[in-house]
Amino acid sequence: MVYENPDGIRIGLEVHVQLNKLKTKLFCGCSTEYHDSEPNTHVCPVCLGLPGSLPVLNEKAVEFAIKVGLALNCSIVEQTQFHRKNYYYPDLPKNFQTTQYDFPIAANGKIIIEGEDGEHVVGITRAHIEEDPARLQHMGTIDRSKGTLINYNRSGMTLIEIVSEPDMRSPKEARRYLEKLKSILDYLGVFDGDLEGAMKADANVSVFWGDRVEVKNISSFKGLERALVYEIMRQKNHIRRGGEIVMETRHFDEARGVTISMRTKEEEHDYRYFPEPDLVPLRVADWVPGIRETLPELPDAKRERFMEQYGLGETHARALTTEIKVANFFEEVAAKVDPKDAAVWVSDILKGELNYRELSIDAFTVEDIVAVVELVTGNKITEQSGVEIIRTVLDDGGKPQDIVEKKGLLKVEDDIVATAVEEAIAENPDAVADYLGGKEKSLNFIVGKVMQKTKGRADAREAREKVLAKLNE
Amino acid sequence: MAAWTDISGIRQKIADSSAEEVTASYIETIGKSKINGFTTVSDEAINAAREIDSNGHEGPLAGVPIAIKENISTKGLSTTCSSKILQGYVPPYDAHVIEKLKAAGAVILGKTNMDEFAMGTSTESSYYGPTFNPWDMDRVPGGSSGGSAAVVAAGEAPVSLGSDTGGSVRCPAAYCGVVGIKPTYGCISRYGLISYANSLEQIGPLATNVADIATIMDVVAGYDSRDSTSINRENTYSDALKDDVKGMKIGVPEEYFGEGIDENVEKAVWDSISKFEDMGATYEKVSMPHTKYALASYYIIAMSEASSNLARFDGTRYGYRADGDNWHVMASKTRAEGFGPEVKRRILLGTYALSAGYHDKYYLKALQVRTLVKQDFDRALANVDVLMAPTMPAPAFKIGEKIDDPLSLYLADVNTVPINLAGVPSISVPCGLSDGMPVGLQIIGKHFDENTIIRAAYSFEQNTDHHTRRPPEVA
Repeated sequence: MVYENPDGIRIGLEVHVQLNKLKTKLFCGCSTEYHDSEPNTHVCPVCLGLPGSLPVLNEKAVEFAIKVGLALNCSIVEQTQFHRKNYYYPDLPKNFQTTQYDFPIAANGKIIIEGEDGEHVVGITRAHIEEDPARLQHMGTIDRSKGTLINYNRSGMTLIEIVSEPDMRSPKEARRYLEKLKSILDYLGVFDGDLEGAMKADANVSVFWGDRVEVKNISSFKGLERALVYEIMRQKNHIRRGGEIVMETRHFDEARGVTISMRTKEEEHDYRYFPEPDLVPLRVADWVPGIRETLPELPDAKRERFMEQYGLGETHARALTTEIKVANFFEEVAAKVDPKDAAVWVSDILKGELNYRELSIDAFTVEDIVAVVELVTGNKITEQSGVEIIRTVLDDGGKPQDIVEKKGLLKVEDDIVATAVEEAIAENPDAVADYLGGKEKSLNFIVGKVMQKTKGRADAREAREKVLAKLNE
Repeated sequence: MAAWTDISGIRQKIADSSAEEVTASYIETIGKSKINGFTTVSDEAINAAREIDSNGHEGPLAGVPIAIKENISTKGLSTTCSSKILQGYVPPYDAHVIEKLKAAGAVILGKTNMDEFAMGTSTESSYYGPTFNPWDMDRVPGGSSGGSAAVVAAGEAPVSLGSDTGGSVRCPAAYCGVVGIKPTYGCISRYGLISYANSLEQIGPLATNVADIATIMDVVAGYDSRDSTSINRENTYSDALKDDVKGMKIGVPEEYFGEGIDENVEKAVWDSISKFEDMGATYEKVSMPHTKYALASYYIIAMSEASSNLARFDGTRYGYRADGDNWHVMASKTRAEGFGPEVKRRILLGTYALSAGYHDKYYLKALQVRTLVKQDFDRALANVDVLMAPTMPAPAFKIGEKIDDPLSLYLADVNTVPINLAGVPSISVPCGLSDGMPVGLQIIGKHFDENTIIRAAYSFEQNTDHHTRRPPEVA
């Protein structure tokens, strides 16, 4: 099956990723751990753009960026070069952004996504390093605001902008691309996707192979799909009414789920790029082989391996390899129990319960899930009890064994009663015959024997029902 | 005091009395000044001197007062680039050179006047009004470090720091009859120097004599990890203070004696070269054919960089702020009201030169010319040890004479800007008078070969008396 792309949709994404696992900012020594801090506490003359301050390139940031480039199958530039992108905006402390221009750190890569018609290749045009601006907090909405507060804690954080080719043919593919990208970045350990502002996307969208419109301000997977669905519908409707799509930049209003025109091509900025005189080129060609060796096994390779090594189906393998933490968790579990059971319990059950509670895999231990799987596969508890144990651990805490006891989930109790019932029936054929002959009281005698055998641990009513059931077989 | 005293003289005075007394006497002199060289005298200077007295005068500059150009960041001391737009800006940090000076025991006396954002050759474009040349109060002190040169010439400070983007240390040194050096690019950290054109500029000291220049260089030069263009290279500049130029080969670029050169300047420079011959050096004429393009290249590069460097002055975080209903109006009005006409001219020209459609024609072309100018220096300096030329083609002009004619002002930089394009070091020393006004001899060296130009300048000083001439009022 080949996807026909009937509406001639082309989507390209520019994804800004904050490399927030770096310890310090891109051009100064300020700490990157500002997320829980008071505004303007992680700042210095450099990231405030004070007169006379100068940038010094964070070599670790370059290393991280090369790692990303290699993971996206890009070629890496010989030496770094930075440019100034000049424009006036209150979130820019210098009124220019130090970024990369004609020599991005990485270019010409690709990643594979699950497309509309199976595996689909999305080209990576380039990936470049740049500094994050400050954070503006408007008092009110962007178009009607009484004032704006500026928090420079974010200013100077390392961003990597990853630009794709317009290879995606539906909002779903765009979402898959973003998910795949996040997965790869997660594997590399260069960013924590859960932090505020960790990942943002601008989308270029066109329909019927026409001119593109840029949609800015997309900050979530869900938002991306919604923005694209809306924008594609808008463009199609506009054309249907005889309109023409002009190249423009639109803003996605997440609250209303619509895109709003910001400026047309004619109003585009002239950024007057020129080489940043305060930074010297850094030769990185020699770094590349060493960095390549540190690359971890990436999601695609891991998925293949999981299928082969553990005999998993593709769905399980994919679900278990999206997040590196989940994959590692699974492998630890699979080392102790049957991998297929591990896959079912980690991927289908545990992840479902975690997602429902918006928790990460860190909320559960390998030891506990192994215990649950062993209880179930050892036939000591039912599957339903296994699920209940997981829920209890997540909601109230505690260890599986304790929960089993506290809640009396052990199947073993049933077995003892069942065995006692069988024995009591086998050992008292006269009473059985009496009962079957119509003497109701003989039943009480048999139940009494069961209670004797279980030393009173069995529930009398339950014992009675079991005896009845057995006698009526 | 109003007398010229070198660093060793100052240190003697401190030993005889105290750093506090020495600093106080300079502050008293500044109080009577008529030249408007200082923009701010530090309230902390006396305290700093007192502290040095109580700490036993440690450090190579213990108690030595020094004047600092308005564009070098000083913690707690106003740093405005002589511009309205930085009115009230007090840096929360010290520039690298200030840290070094303080560690060496120097006393920061105050800040000196300059052309607004170092854009000028006369110190007339300052928001604080012009500085007057101590040799003739009707004339400019040169620029842009006019205040730093004038206060040294007037005996209001023994030494000072300036900055040189296209001649801004050497020009006022020449016009005010003092010594000034523009070191090799990368020699002194620019951390804390408010950028005008970052690929061209260096901080440089000014003094009444070459030995003091070497002493200050020993303190302020050297690697700083906060400036990526700073070079990690050890050097002791005072090692070069030797009276010995025997066998030194001097190149004299004929292009530096071009049209419009003042007769007396030409004569003073040639007399100096003859003097060097007497002292055992030899000279030959060399050609630097791309000199004529240097000025255009320099101004395009400097203005382009400036247009970006000065973008941050928008009233949001510091300095002057105009009122406005929204940020863009506020920022635009701040810039319209805060910058002077020359700064606006350069920002506009630089913006134009970098704009789409003109970028290749102007900015890129200027970079190509810069490479050619650099090659001129490489070629010329391959065969000689130093180059010698007039620092400025003519002595100091009258205040108001050129301020409305930017082009003629730009032309005055013809002999200084090629040096910044090439990044080589150059020192200007007094070498005579023209109608009573000082003339500067420029000695240019190879990259990081400051010691050879310092040796040449020192030897010249030892064998001549030009450097002993004082402005009439100071004598």
